[in-house]
Amino acid sequence: MTLTITSLYGLLGAALVGLGLYGLLVQPHPLRKILAFNVMGGGLFLVFDVVARRGAAAWFPADPVPQAFVITAIMMALAGTALAVAIMLRLFAETGRVTLRPEPPASSDGQGGDS
Amino acid sequence: MSGPGPIEFGLVVLIMAAAIRAHVAQATFAAALGFIAYGLLLGLVWVRLGTVDVALTAATVGAMTGVLLLSAATRMRAGERAAILERPGPALRGLIAVLCIAVSAAIALVVLMPADPAPTLAPAAAANNLHATGVGNPVTAVLMAYRAIDTLLVNVVLLIAVVAVWSMAPDSLWGGRPGPTPVRQDNEALTFLARLLPPIAVGVGIYLLWNDINEPGGAFQGGAILAAMWILARMAGLVDAPAIGRLSLRLALVSGPVVFLTAGFAGFALAEGFLAYPSGWERPVIIVINSAMTLTVAVTLAMLLEGPPTRPPSPPLAGMPTAQDAKRGER
Repeated sequence: MTLTITSLYGLLGAALVGLGLYGLLVQPHPLRKILAFNVMGGGLFLVFDVVARRGAAAWFPADPVPQAFVITAIMMALAGTALAVAIMLRLFAETGRVTLRPEPPASSDGQGGDS
Repeated sequence: MSGPGPIEFGLVVLIMAAAIRAHVAQATFAAALGFIAYGLLLGLVWVRLGTVDVALTAATVGAMTGVLLLSAATRMRAGERAAILERPGPALRGLIAVLCIAVSAAIALVVLMPADPAPTLAPAAAANNLHATGVGNPVTAVLMAYRAIDTLLVNVVLLIAVVAVWSMAPDSLWGGRPGPTPVRQDNEALTFLARLLPPIAVGVGIYLLWNDINEPGGAFQGGAILAAMWILARMAGLVDAPAIGRLSLRLALVSGPVVFLTAGFAGFALAEGFLAYPSGWERPVIIVINSAMTLTVAVTLAMLLEGPPTRPPSPPLAGMPTAQDAKRGER
């Protein structure tokens, strides 16, 4: 099959979801996790938009229902991000640490399992 | 459809580079800058895909997310070193990478194996009753008529998010002003831009609101641009954030859901049911709801970016003297 513009961007979206998911799991800093979460979100919205483009019919350039969902989802992502940042800043103000672990981190590297 | 050209491949390469930069940058500040580039480039992709409504929202909101992350990164520089030590070990990282690639491959497979013809009810829905909504832009028709309940709930969730962000404030600061005290910047370019752009952007925002009836635009897009202008003027130190206890602020925050719900319940009396618009009046009703929603979205986004209150309310608020007195007594 030939690669169309739509499927190229769909593949980009798929790659971004994986990249963002990896960052969300691996990055230790909560702010970096939030950032990776937004990268993943961008990829997901792109895949959804490709679906909208697939549904192009009648005189529409793209199916309007997925488009409307993506617009509302973008708003939700910002609201979630703002809340996560507020919680993180409060944690930092209270404890002076930016870790999600209950105890201060050990000085040795490599053993870290959960994050 | 024609195949992808150099613009398409260039955009893909740039976006991947920005996304990887946002992951591997040493400093969180640099990572946030990478994210801003990523958001703006993604906006271009949406334009290329012909979904301009999404592009407008994504570019504006993406930049706002970037600003949010940047300001948080500058306030949290101290803990960065300690956090790096918590990175999982190489074996676990490898396992996570393999699983993430599997997720990407699964999505890619779905993208590459499209249903043909693509399942869509859009033509049938458009043929039957799009004209009845009095709206020419199908995305607005979906947001305001077909799926109006979703849009209403999104508005309510935005409101809840603001309440949740505010509730992160220590008790002593409740009712105060969020963010830093405005300092007039010596940076003349910033001050100039902050004076020049907002009047233009207010025009653009209102145009987007009005225009969404037939062309790309709408409450979310217009509201996001208005909120962005607030942030610009705020960074230049030209305005100060309102105290979160202020009545006018709270009225602006709830105006969208209140008008939307009023119109929804009026549907019981004037039309077939909840959120049904009276026949012949669809367009004016949608414009009124959209106007209130634009105000709510603009104020909500601005308040989400301002964050929880950081300064105590200077003149004690009439509404909450008991709480304030109680806090003073504790100290």
